[in-house]
Amino acid sequence: MPEDLDDWITSNNTPTSIHYPPFNSEMSMSHTIEIALTVNKIHYERRVEPRMLLSDFLRHELGLTGTHVGCEHGVCGACTILFDGQPVRSCLMFAVQADGHEILSIEGLGTPDNLHPLQQSFIEAHGVQCGFCTSGIILTLIPFLEGNPHPDEQEIRHAISGNICRCTGYQHIVDAVMLAAEKISVTQNGRILSEAKDLPPNYGS
Amino acid sequence: MKPAPFEYFAPTSVDEALANLAEYGYEAKVLAGGQSLIPMMNFRLAQPSVIVDINKITELAYIRENEEGGLRIGAMARHNQVEHNPLVAARAALITDAMPQIATVQVRSRGTFGGSIAHADPSAELAAVSVALDGSFLLRTQRGERWIPANEFFVGLFTSVLEPDELLLGANFPALPERTGCALVEVARRTHDFALVGVAAVVTLDRDDRCQRARLVFFSVGDGPVIAKQAADLLKGQELTLKSMRAAAETAAKLDIDPGSDIHASADYRRHLAGVLAYRALEKAFKRARGPG
Repeated sequence: MPEDLDDWITSNNTPTSIHYPPFNSEMSMSHTIEIALTVNKIHYERRVEPRMLLSDFLRHELGLTGTHVGCEHGVCGACTILFDGQPVRSCLMFAVQADGHEILSIEGLGTPDNLHPLQQSFIEAHGVQCGFCTSGIILTLIPFLEGNPHPDEQEIRHAISGNICRCTGYQHIVDAVMLAAEKISVTQNGRILSEAKDLPPNYGS
Repeated sequence: MKPAPFEYFAPTSVDEALANLAEYGYEAKVLAGGQSLIPMMNFRLAQPSVIVDINKITELAYIRENEEGGLRIGAMARHNQVEHNPLVAARAALITDAMPQIATVQVRSRGTFGGSIAHADPSAELAAVSVALDGSFLLRTQRGERWIPANEFFVGLFTSVLEPDELLLGANFPALPERTGCALVEVARRTHDFALVGVAAVVTLDRDDRCQRARLVFFSVGDGPVIAKQAADLLKGQELTLKSMRAAAETAAKLDIDPGSDIHASADYRRHLAGVLAYRALEKAFKRARGPG
C-alpha cells in the first residue's frame, strides 16, 4: 500500500462479520483452502472454497458490503478495490488469490467523521446519487490522483472510463474529482499535506 | 452467476505447473490474470474442473533485453507493468502504443501479457502486435519446449497451437531495424471496449525514405490477427505519399480482410473503418520512422 495513503486508511470502522452459513467441506462440493490476508489494515485468516470470488469474500465473509457487485463480469467497475495498491475488479479474482496480499476497500478509507478529501468532495460536488458506483469510482481514483494530482477533465473522464454510473451522467463526478484535486495539496513525493482552504460555496453549480 | 466448483492448484515454479498440467491438462485451465477466464467462469461458459493458478510463479513476471538487443516479456508481466516500462518503450514502442487501448485500468492491473496471447481473442491488440513485430512465443511441457512464431501461433477463434499440457512462458521480440516506425490505432464503441476494427503498422524506410518493408496487421476482422499482405507488397520500394498510403489502405480493406457482421458493426462498416485506420496507422508509423528530421 502506498505510504501516502496510510493516514487515510482506517481499521476501526469494520462492521462485525455477517455470518452467512459458513462453508464447510460437507456442504460444498470442493474442499476449502486456508488464506491469510490484510483488509483495511486488519489481518484475517479464513477458509474459503477456491471458487469464491474476492468480491463475495469481502461482502459475505467479512461483512464489508461497501464493495458493490454490479455486473459480475468485469464491465461495471462497481466492485473495484485496491489490491496491493492497484485498482482491480474484485469480481474477477478468487479470494484464494488474495492470500498474503493487502486490500483496501471503501470501508478502510477515511471515517465518517474524517472523510478522505476525495470522499468529502463527492458529497460537496453532488458526485453521489444512488451511490452504487461510488465506492468503485473512489478507489479507482485514489491511485490515479497520486500519479496525477492535477488532472484535467479529459484525464479524469479517461480514468473513470472503466466505471459505469447510471445516475449522474458523470458531470458531477468529474466536478468532484476537480474539487478534490484542489483540496489535496501534494508534495513531490506524493504525500498528502493538507486539505486546502474552503472553496467557493457555489462550486460546481 | 458464480463459478462452478473446481480443484485449485497454485504452483510456485514452472516445473510444478507443468506437472499439474501433465496430470490434468485436458480438464485444466491455466489462470493468469483471469480477466477473460473469470468472467467466462462467472457465466459458466467455462467450467474447468481444475484451475492451475500461475500467479505465484514470480520468475515469469520479467521484462528484459534479449541477447540481440530485442525484448523478452515474461508470460506473467502484467499490462500495467509493461505499459510503463521504459525498456518496452525503447525497444518495442508498438507495445507501449497498444497498452492504454487494452481494456480498463482495473483490468490492466491484473491482466498479463501471456494470458492475453494464450486466450487468442481475435480482438486482442497484443496478438496483432506480436505478429506485426515478428514476435515468437516460448511454450513448454514436461516433454520439452519449443519456440513458435506469432504468425503461426494463432490458428482460429480463441484457438492457438498450445497443447493442453503446455504452458506459454514468454515472448521474444527481435530488435527493430533502424528507421522503423510503428503505430497502433483502433476504433471501439467506448475507450476501453473491444475494438470494432484495429490495425498495427510497422514501417521500415531505406536511406531514400522509400518503404523497405511495411507490415499491417488487423485485429477484430477475422478469427485472429490478419496480415495485410497485398497492401504490404504494394508499398514495398514505394515512396510513402498520401497517395501511395491511401492506395495501400484501400487494398488492405478491400482485398486483405474479410470482416464479419455482428450487432455492433456491419461488415461494410468494418471494411470502411479498416481503410481509414490503415491509412492513419501507416501515416503515423511513417512519420515515426522518418524521425523528427
